[in-house]
Amino acid sequence: MTHPEPVYLDHAATTPVLPEVLAAMTEQLGRVGNASSLHASGRSARRAAEQARERIAEALGARPSEVLFTGGGTESDNLAVKGLFWARRQADPRRRRIVVSPAEHHAVLDSVEWLAKHEDAEVTWLRVEPSGRVTPAALAEALGDGTDVAVASVMWANNEIGTVSDVAELAATAHDVGVPLHTDAVQAVGQVLVDFGATGVDALTMTGHKLGGPMGAGVLLLRREAECTPLLHGGGQERDVRSGTLDVAAIVGLGAAVVAAVHGRVERATELARLRDRLVAGVMEQVPDAQLNGAPLDDVVRSGPGRLPGNAHLSFPGAEGDALLMLLDAKGIECSTGSACSAGVARPSHVLTAVGADPDRARSSLRFSLGHTSTDADVDALLEVIAPVVERARRAGMGRR
Amino acid sequence: MRVLAAMSGGVDSAVAAALAVDAGHDVTGVHLALSPDRQTLRSGARGCCSVEDAHDARRVADELGIPFYVWDMADRFREDVVEDFVAEYEAGRTPNPCLRCNEKIKFSAVLDRARALGFDAVVTGHHARLVDGELRRSVDAAKDQSYVLGVLTPEQLAAAMFPLGDMTKDRVRQIAAERGFAVATKADSHDICFIPDGDTRGFLARKLGSRPGPLVDAATGTTVGEHDGTYGFTVGQRRGLGVSVGDQRPRYVLSIEPVSRTVTIGTADQAGIGEVLTGPPTWTGTAPGLPFDAQVQLRAHGTPVPCRVESAGGGLRISLGSEQRGVAAGQAAVLYAPDAERGDRVLGQAAVASAD
Repeated sequence: MTHPEPVYLDHAATTPVLPEVLAAMTEQLGRVGNASSLHASGRSARRAAEQARERIAEALGARPSEVLFTGGGTESDNLAVKGLFWARRQADPRRRRIVVSPAEHHAVLDSVEWLAKHEDAEVTWLRVEPSGRVTPAALAEALGDGTDVAVASVMWANNEIGTVSDVAELAATAHDVGVPLHTDAVQAVGQVLVDFGATGVDALTMTGHKLGGPMGAGVLLLRREAECTPLLHGGGQERDVRSGTLDVAAIVGLGAAVVAAVHGRVERATELARLRDRLVAGVMEQVPDAQLNGAPLDDVVRSGPGRLPGNAHLSFPGAEGDALLMLLDAKGIECSTGSACSAGVARPSHVLTAVGADPDRARSSLRFSLGHTSTDADVDALLEVIAPVVERARRAGMGRR
Repeated sequence: MRVLAAMSGGVDSAVAAALAVDAGHDVTGVHLALSPDRQTLRSGARGCCSVEDAHDARRVADELGIPFYVWDMADRFREDVVEDFVAEYEAGRTPNPCLRCNEKIKFSAVLDRARALGFDAVVTGHHARLVDGELRRSVDAAKDQSYVLGVLTPEQLAAAMFPLGDMTKDRVRQIAAERGFAVATKADSHDICFIPDGDTRGFLARKLGSRPGPLVDAATGTTVGEHDGTYGFTVGQRRGLGVSVGDQRPRYVLSIEPVSRTVTIGTADQAGIGEVLTGPPTWTGTAPGLPFDAQVQLRAHGTPVPCRVESAGGGLRISLGSEQRGVAAGQAAVLYAPDAERGDRVLGQAAVASAD
């Protein structure tokens, strides 16, 4: 019953692997060699991994030694939040506080909550603007004089509503009181300018599969002087911060993906913004009472767009997100309701709740996210069906108490 | 037809969904999330609301190549089934939560939503036959679930499909195994799904707290002890009364009086019931003309008893052909027209108001 070729509007969940990534990985998978081995095969593997490290560093404004390969965004977030917390508290036991935005990805939120529950951390939740942005003023207020703060974490761009925060200013604000800042830039890399060195953040999470790279391969960019306690102990790879045999094929693929995403960024972002603006305008025309969540489409911050160019996040009053998703899925159009728990139960998005949306608005929302394979035909396909789908979902929603 | 398959994660609903696909329907699988605590991971007897069950259902749907979603019905389930269950016990009655769930959730909230979303029918793995709108017992007498479906109306049955009614449970498992479903050998559910440890008394004690009252023996007319709450008892209960009476004859719960919290027990001859008065009936088809002769089943796994059904006030008077024990207020009296060939037909049901 599904459409023979689904219309894929869920690139923020994952995006198709780039042909050059597939080629590079396939070639590397055919080779033997542990990058930690001393013989020729090991050297060859190490060379491939280190080349990828250097390319990623260059593309993201980091030093090669600041690139730590991990198993993806979730691991990078866990490593940054827990590792920086442990190391900073070790250095000064007064540092028990974590300053964090309530609109973070669950990989950050749940790490923070775990530390609060098991490691006696104290959480200070940042005030979030209705757009989803964290301002330097809100961060400064939460940090105080910083003496009791272990780490602060504010995402570069929100995964649900696409709002970009000015991370350079936030990093400067944190550094004013001597606190390191971690940022989850999983959605930002390749869509907006991400320059680790120029921004001044101390740790940055990114992952491969949002850029056309492989799943299960990510990076934590970690400033050279930052102390970070490892989660994984073992062979001492990755500056002793992340042990484990390097997944060289995935790393090679990740390198190719980062290079492609960063080099083609300006052109692609322009095209994504054009398609996204068409999508939002078209939906608003078909469903006049739909509401755009997050920052305005033309919003800007100092570093560039204030909203990810590929992100459209809309609420459809009176309809439930999971009913809309199901009806669109039946018509071959693939999107997302935001975050789903392990059992797949739709819950009101914590992000929308954090920006002050009421639960009904949160429950009635859909995220459409565009990426490198998106076309006008994809947008057209959505606009063709959205009005009857919303109408039908509204009828189904009326049975709810 | 566009069919919604309610998939609990068990073998029955898995096979029912598969048979609906085989029959050429356009099937979408839905797992109902009924527990507010989605982290529940447990072993042993399965309920219908754990993360594992959702996973098992999704695995089957993926193998069938059908869309699959989880519908959050936890709020409705809590209000209409769990809170009703507790309130019924609190009022001295004995509810059947599976019947309530079919009435209020699966063939009401879910069916309404399915219809609104463009589906024509809901298919479930219940063991009952549904042919030409007539609801009948399963061919597998031991697994028959027609009792808990007796509350459905003709409109609800018109949009229901029970493809397993013609086969035994063994055959269901065989089909699941042939298809390679991992749930082929999954244990049957026996417990009330929201009481996974099977300790109903403990569950009610947590909900209602200690509410002590007297335990009176009707045979001797004396108070023989105290209990922690009437909710720990059901009419007809013999075990776990927590008292010993001098004459060594077994005692049964005769009645529960919630206001004075009196639980009255008595001997077997005192526990016998010949007549049942009910609340307003529901019928699975055209309402039969009263009075009529039928069979009545008074518990989920009870034995059907010949009876005569008459009108009495707004409800029914059901005169039993032989004395029964353990007829509690709140239980459903499900009426059947015996039919050895095509399966006993479910006529309808009514909740027991009192029994004498």
